[in-house]
Amino acid sequence: MRFGTEIIATSIFAFVALLGAAFAADNLFAQHMWVLFFVLSAFTILLLRNTSFVKTAPADPDAYMDGPIRYGAIATIFWGIAGLLVGVVIALQLAWPDVNIEPWFNFGRMRPLHTSAVVFAFGGNALIATSFYVVQRTTRARLFGGNLAWFVFWGYQLFIVMAATGYLLGITQSREYAEPEWYVDLWLTVVWVAYLLVFLGTLLKRKEPHIYVANWFYLSFIVTIAMLHVVNNLAMPVSFVGSRSYSIFSGVQDALTQWWYGHNAVGFFLTAGFLGMMYYFVPKQAERPVYSYRLSIIHFWALIFLYIWAGPHHLHYTALPDWAQTLGMVFSVMLWMPSWGGMINGLMTLSGAWDKIRTDPIIRMMVAAIAFYGMSTFEGPMMSIKAVNSLSHYTDWTIGHVHSGALGWVGLISFAAIYYMVPRLWGRPALYSTRMVTWHFWLATLGIVVYAAVMWVSGIMQGLMWREYDEQGFLVYSFAETVAAMHPYYVMRVIGGALYLAGALVMAFNITMTILGYSREEEPIGGSQPALQPAE
Amino acid sequence: METYTAMRHFADSWGLLAMTLFFVGAVLFAFRPGSRAKAEEAARIPFEDNRK
Repeated sequence: MRFGTEIIATSIFAFVALLGAAFAADNLFAQHMWVLFFVLSAFTILLLRNTSFVKTAPADPDAYMDGPIRYGAIATIFWGIAGLLVGVVIALQLAWPDVNIEPWFNFGRMRPLHTSAVVFAFGGNALIATSFYVVQRTTRARLFGGNLAWFVFWGYQLFIVMAATGYLLGITQSREYAEPEWYVDLWLTVVWVAYLLVFLGTLLKRKEPHIYVANWFYLSFIVTIAMLHVVNNLAMPVSFVGSRSYSIFSGVQDALTQWWYGHNAVGFFLTAGFLGMMYYFVPKQAERPVYSYRLSIIHFWALIFLYIWAGPHHLHYTALPDWAQTLGMVFSVMLWMPSWGGMINGLMTLSGAWDKIRTDPIIRMMVAAIAFYGMSTFEGPMMSIKAVNSLSHYTDWTIGHVHSGALGWVGLISFAAIYYMVPRLWGRPALYSTRMVTWHFWLATLGIVVYAAVMWVSGIMQGLMWREYDEQGFLVYSFAETVAAMHPYYVMRVIGGALYLAGALVMAFNITMTILGYSREEEPIGGSQPALQPAE
Repeated sequence: METYTAMRHFADSWGLLAMTLFFVGAVLFAFRPGSRAKAEEAARIPFEDNRK
């Protein structure tokens, strides 16, 4: 029977959720378990409606397993738009506090919804889908583990749904980028181990003797995230049917564990994983091998060795021992080298084919992504220097920095990978429209520039206002005055975010039409070829 | 010696040395004689897959 095991497993799991709702120690846990129960029941019904008793032929062991990648590409776009939309909403809430809708949709609950949606739902789905795509095509082997890849896909979506609904209900362990409570964390651990098994298993049965560098980056991302997630979420639940848990660390150790996790979420989730994307999709789209393969190996090892120590720069001028702060700062500054080495490697892959920036909007998107990678990895180490940090920390400058990296680097390279993969995954000759990619590119780039520039001005102003003393040693500005001064910038930020969201909507339309098999009649980029007249 | 101090001493002596040596070793290995041809071959891996 098709989906036999899956149907039994999800129904048992749904029943357990029902028991959880019945015996819940607190109201929030009961509500969350009801959510889980309905989600799992709906999924079980979906499986039941699609089951059949006809024997299906076993999958061709030589064919690539692209089903989870197709779903992953769609999930990436769906969650991307959801996350960006929530981002625009919380930007509106900051500009106009009346937009806060108590209790579920106030800023405090929507903000982690935004960060998790864009980082874990959008970025995570992009990483899982592209890693499955790349590992098969660079090892020339089918994904390991049969339906395990499907479990990774659906299990990860369940994690996203549970995390997101938990935030809105008010369930949080208050650790930045690791807000889900213990039971959701345990579920993610199971899914992540399955992901590691699929990826490692595929590498082990590879038909290509050498492991291509993109896979190294992907593997380091999977392994490091597993380690970070487990250690950072070591916590004791108050009750096994309750929504509250307490970290086993306390005080400054807890803070350092959190930022060791938090910064390496940036380093290994948002950087290493997406570098894996860069090292496969940029050469493929440019149709030329990476500029220097040996530089990519050095890039890999240097990044791995340095990034893991950079976390303490989030705790400058706190109770963290001075030596640890300095260590974090020094390693952050050293990160300049691998980051720029990688950026140069990515950009120089285009040497001899620079004209493609003009004619191929996907290449243009990739180049802009790499350029933003370079810019934000220049800005980051600079901000980690203690003297600079004393101005920038806790201000909007940090928000601007994060968004130039997230929207510029992570967003654009993922969009480019989606544009590359979708026609190939669905067997279409080309995208529905190449000109719409150009539209997407300019909307997104303009959005990022508006967003980042506005946040620089707002953040530096905020930092300077906070530290302004008069000649008698009194602070010149009250906190509320700094907030009022930022209002115009908050309004402009909404515009930047909305432009970026508009670009993503153009992509969603373009990709939908591509999947449906349409092709837009349009003039090719660079103008139509003039008809050549024979010489007379 | 308490655990914290012992681990801290280990980290900034032998641990640091071991990791630095590993890193230097990785760099030297990448640039070993004859690696250029192998690297160029490896860089072509994405293009050797003919199934789309």
